[in-house]
Amino acid sequence: MSAPGGRRTVLTGWGRTAPSASDVVRAIHPDVVELAVADAAGSVAGGRGIIARGLGRSYGDAAQNAGGVVLDTTWLDVVHQVDLATGAITVGAGMSVQSLMERLLPLGWFVPVTPGTRMVTVGGAIAADIHGKNHRLDGSFCSHVSEMTLVTPTGTVTVSPTSDPDLFWATAGGMGLTGVVTRATIQMIPVETSHMLVDTERAADLDTVMDLMLSGDQDYRYSVAWIDCQSTGGQLGRSVLTRGDHARLEDLPARLQSQPERALDFRPRTLARVPFSAPDGLLNPLTVGLFNEFWFRKAPLHQQGKLHTIGGFFHPLDGVDAWNRLYGKRGFLQYQFVVPDESGEAVRRVIEKISTIRLASFLAVLKRFGPGDPGPLSFPMPGWTLALDLPVGHHQLDRILDTLDEEIIAAGGRIYLAKDSRVSPAAFRSMYPRSAEWQAVRDRVDPEGVLRSDLGRRLGLCTDRRPPSTRRGRPRARTSTSRTRPRRPARAAATPSSDASSERTPPP
Amino acid sequence: MIDAIGRPQSVLVLGGSSEIALAIVAKLVPARCRTVVLAGREGERLAEGVRAATAAGADVVESVAFDAADIDHHQAFADQIFDRFGNFDLVIAAVGVLGDQTVDESDPAAAAAVMTTNYTGLASALLAVAGRLRHQGHGRLIVLSSVAAERARRANFIYGSSKAGLDAFSQGLADSLVGSGVQVTLVRPGFVVGRMTEGMVPAPFATTPEAVADAVVRGIESGAAVIHVPPLLRWVMAIMRHLPRQVWRRMPG
Repeated sequence: MSAPGGRRTVLTGWGRTAPSASDVVRAIHPDVVELAVADAAGSVAGGRGIIARGLGRSYGDAAQNAGGVVLDTTWLDVVHQVDLATGAITVGAGMSVQSLMERLLPLGWFVPVTPGTRMVTVGGAIAADIHGKNHRLDGSFCSHVSEMTLVTPTGTVTVSPTSDPDLFWATAGGMGLTGVVTRATIQMIPVETSHMLVDTERAADLDTVMDLMLSGDQDYRYSVAWIDCQSTGGQLGRSVLTRGDHARLEDLPARLQSQPERALDFRPRTLARVPFSAPDGLLNPLTVGLFNEFWFRKAPLHQQGKLHTIGGFFHPLDGVDAWNRLYGKRGFLQYQFVVPDESGEAVRRVIEKISTIRLASFLAVLKRFGPGDPGPLSFPMPGWTLALDLPVGHHQLDRILDTLDEEIIAAGGRIYLAKDSRVSPAAFRSMYPRSAEWQAVRDRVDPEGVLRSDLGRRLGLCTDRRPPSTRRGRPRARTSTSRTRPRRPARAAATPSSDASSERTPPP
Repeated sequence: MIDAIGRPQSVLVLGGSSEIALAIVAKLVPARCRTVVLAGREGERLAEGVRAATAAGADVVESVAFDAADIDHHQAFADQIFDRFGNFDLVIAAVGVLGDQTVDESDPAAAAAVMTTNYTGLASALLAVAGRLRHQGHGRLIVLSSVAAERARRANFIYGSSKAGLDAFSQGLADSLVGSGVQVTLVRPGFVVGRMTEGMVPAPFATTPEAVADAVVRGIESGAAVIHVPPLLRWVMAIMRHLPRQVWRRMPG
């Protein structure tokens, strides 16, 4: 028996750059995942591999597989097991963070780590080992995963940090290239309400905000600074710092305290949807500058103990559906890096560089990281992380970002692969010195290199090259449904006759 | 893979000794293009192209024998080269000859040779390559056409008609590849001062291989479907296409 056929679909990441076409197979059950991975493994010679995709929130090319199979895992969205006494929940890997919240927040359990959007799947959260505004205190997502089921080309395994630590941690941040996660057990955190108690303050420049974070972050569970990357000179890095914690029942107004079920209410709403791709250049230094000015001035100078909703505090951008279309057809990228605590100056240099060339960047976000987890490709390390959204189109963008890469490597930092769409293989190896260790685990569970993605190809983690001996006469990949004509077996190279030329100079 | 900023990591050039193609490669290699395969007529110029790409810092540089007129071998050529290298992010179709209109008008075989190289032969190779690009699900195909393709001129209609054929073919091919992950960019330069036009008097709006290469590299990033070099030629040709025949046929060579 083989997996259902895929439908050839052009895919991109959230940044809408570098499209490629994959055969998308709906993974309606873990059995389909097993069949599809087995099919891909059976046609290694002619096939182009397989990768899982969740809600497509990776900015770059992580969840696409040009010419190969992409498993749409959003169908794996069941609750398998729940322990309401301990908050341990076992769910399908396609369940979104939003669904988790909708199901468990009314019962008093919250996700241990949430990124800036609720629209990510549990599988994607593991593959990218995502972090939130509480990393300094709580670590990244996989630190809260006690067990997961992983479908690899060499078999299906249930792994935990103790049963097979190498495979578990290679999968944490492994961008899906060690297997397809089909289910995971997550330890949720208890909360009394669905509200946040938030302190907001404006900082006049970068030094001020970094000092505030260094001196005060330990008093809060969550902390994030929004930085205006358009401002220069004495205002360079002016910011709005928001920090908070889950509100307790007694923090709520009396009318909510009397109705505990309303205190845990969670009804996320989308306010608007960007209906189509905006004209290129809508977000330019002028419009973004105006927005940043507005955003900075609308924030209170200093405000304490204000109640926010969970959506408003963690996921303000989820209020606008498909906001990535605002960047136009050419799309955008996010440049997110981390540098160690002692290299905080690198943050300043990056912001300086971005502000001097007037790249239209809004929503630059600065956070602090605590210790990383053991994952060799996991992104976080103790230090500062800055994320910048940048529209594609500036004629120097490639060179500027390459220069910033070097700066970050020199500072001992790295780029977040879930956001990446442009790092070179050499820069990747410098940023992730333990990548060889990761590769060894991948070779163990996927010796033929069946798990492939465009990101893996770009970074040199997987290849489509075929050894010449296995090429002849092997069956074609069953997944390449769009090809109408079978490829002929390779023949000898075309050799030119000496008189026929492909190019001829005109007679004088 | 082509990255978000439009930088390919591997390139295959059909017509690997073309000045324009080598100028494009010279710009791509410093911007991370690691694999360069030059397919063309074996000889000193192809070898020079290999040396230049190696000197520029590409990791893998190879030359492969390729003949646009040898249509029997185009499918095997494409299969062999794609199997060996796995992926090509960019394919540049730069095969082309100018011919000599005054001589070729009275030498039908020579005229047919121009058409075979520029259109029918190259189109055959492009079909084979496009099939493999479709299979790999991504890639860019750059086809070097010419403004001469927009309206055949009395003074060079043999060359012009061959480019017109290639141009029309590429537009159709581009449409057929929508949804495949493969994009086609058609490049229509004006008079390019270089080896191909040595000894000729430059026409108005003349350009250089470097300028064409710059425009192509920008086009890869922006995803443009048609590029004129210089850009003004798009509007000049829009007018030229509608000139009365009596005027148009007197346009000098």
